[in-house]
Amino acid sequence: MTSPKLNKILIVPIYPVDFSLVLTLVPSIREIFKCDVILDNTNHLNLSSAYDSSRYQFNSTKIISILSEKFNNFNGKVLGVISVDLFIPVLTYVFGEAQLGGKISVVSTFRLNEIAYGFQENRKLTEERLLKEAVHELGHNFGLLHCENYLCVMHPSTSVEEVDIKSPYFCNDCYEKLFWQISSKFNDYHDGK
Amino acid sequence: MTQKFSILIVDDEFVVRDSLSKWFMQDGYKVGTAENAAQALKMMNEGPWDIIFIDIKMPGMNGLELQKRIKEIDPNAIIIIITAFASVDTAVQALKEGAYDYITKPIDPDYLSHLVKNVLKHKKLTDEHIKLREHISELIMGEELIGESPQIKKVIELAKTVAPTNTTVMIRGESGTGKELVARLIHAHSPRRYFPFVSVNCGAVPDTLLESELFGHEKGAFTDALYRRKGKFEIADGGTIFLDEIGTISLKMQIQLLRVLETKQFTRIGGNETITSDFRVICATNCNLEQAVKEGKFREDLYYRLNVFTIFIPPLRERRSDIPLIANYYLKKYATMMHKPITEISPEAMDMLIRYDWPGNVRELKNAIERAMVLAKPPAILPQDLPIHPIEEEQPENETLEAVEKAHILKILNKTNWNITQAAKILGIDRVTLYNKIEKYNLRRDRNT
Ligand SMILES: [Zn+2]
Ligand SMILES: [Zn+2]
Repeated sequence: MTSPKLNKILIVPIYPVDFSLVLTLVPSIREIFKCDVILDNTNHLNLSSAYDSSRYQFNSTKIISILSEKFNNFNGKVLGVISVDLFIPVLTYVFGEAQLGGKISVVSTFRLNEIAYGFQENRKLTEERLLKEAVHELGHNFGLLHCENYLCVMHPSTSVEEVDIKSPYFCNDCYEKLFWQISSKFNDYHDGK
Repeated sequence: MTQKFSILIVDDEFVVRDSLSKWFMQDGYKVGTAENAAQALKMMNEGPWDIIFIDIKMPGMNGLELQKRIKEIDPNAIIIIITAFASVDTAVQALKEGAYDYITKPIDPDYLSHLVKNVLKHKKLTDEHIKLREHISELIMGEELIGESPQIKKVIELAKTVAPTNTTVMIRGESGTGKELVARLIHAHSPRRYFPFVSVNCGAVPDTLLESELFGHEKGAFTDALYRRKGKFEIADGGTIFLDEIGTISLKMQIQLLRVLETKQFTRIGGNETITSDFRVICATNCNLEQAVKEGKFREDLYYRLNVFTIFIPPLRERRSDIPLIANYYLKKYATMMHKPITEISPEAMDMLIRYDWPGNVRELKNAIERAMVLAKPPAILPQDLPIHPIEEEQPENETLEAVEKAHILKILNKTNWNITQAAKILGIDRVTLYNKIEKYNLRRDRNT
């Protein structure tokens, strides 16, 4: 139960992205999910099909399918990180999107940066926000739903202020579910053998 | 998890049904979809649906007609119309005929989640199943007020007594004593616990930004404001707003604050929509507000508005019996976090901790333990691991001028809670010089302030 090493998380910087921001995610995500975290900086994705020129935004659902195709054979979760504005067709914007209980998720730093709101850049804050949103989307990948505890990382946030309120950690309930997820996968593997 | 609500989405476009249902499923709602009116009416049998989203423009029976039919089946149905900008007129018509609200595509996710939350908040509050949940301490998540001394017990008792009321609370105490923890404790024991606890450190935000921080701004309110941003008062709706360092705000902000406290209404900067928010105020200060009132630096009316119920947190040196308890609490915490098998504090080290005066209070003690944990070798923290030097002040002859300057600047910065303007004034240097010195000596503010 202590080392469910079969669960790997692959972090994929999707250009354009601030690579140094992506780097800050690796140790924290490793610590929080207690599993191997790999950074993949070799794949350059062609995002042209995800760009919507009438909205000047990128369709996150399409980015997810691009990632899904690319990492089809990867055994673990894949988190794409990008610095452009994301949307899903029915909504004006999203911070990120994840396949609920699936393998792929994507987050954007675009609206996590103080600059977007007319304030001075605050890197530390952007890093903290990115970590929270990344953990949140990965949480969805592990099948977690939104949580009512407003300090829990699985609390939904549609505005950056709500991102700031919550912590980067799972509450006890969510943590239990997450760990059950992780360890039951581990058991499945052994049973399957 | 508490009971889950159900949402029905009626839209002829697959991508709308698909993305909306994914969006709501993440929230744990039961979601149903229908691609036309006939299917929607069939879905009514699988209800009841707490909220029904209807696209106004659909082939066959349009949304307006469908709304009428649904209202015949369930007069209390809460219907939200989805429309394009072009068809807002029809949406207004739908409102007249009993729709709860309408939203335009593409939908602002922030607005959508608030709309849904508001509908359900109403339902939820009337629901008997929502009983006081246990695990209140979980809301404070980890950090808690630790102590067995009569002084700290009194603080906790006062906090719990005032918690269920709506009274404004003023928390006084030196910096590092845990004023925010007391505020969180009050919030966690109040009926507002399911809503946000929003903390603003008034002393850390420059006055020009504080206004936007508290009241929010509209897109374009100032040159760089690219997006609308909600203020803390707005986010605190239903919950508690904690205003730390209240003594540092300008007279101009004091007037605005007074107005908001009285009316619970405000507008975002650059906006004209009046926003009403239901918040409870808890504020804190470590400066002498009475003196500030006398000197005309703090408005008397605001002082009385805020100073309804006061809780004073004693400095750590006045409750030394709590020191071992707190020290051991953080010992355990950091040992787990750092995976270090350090299980105790040696009697000599503990003796030092107990005798030290802790000008930075619990926060300083916590930091001392964290640092010692890095240096210490298993199994125990020894005196040499502790960053406290009680005798230091008796032999300043050995110190270099730089060391004295560094220590003094840090002291003043901490005293003013890192209010650069104030600290520079006290030190008799300008802000740029102070910034340079902070850079030079690599001075850092404690993260938990
Ligand atoms: Zn989510
Ligand atoms: Zn949770």
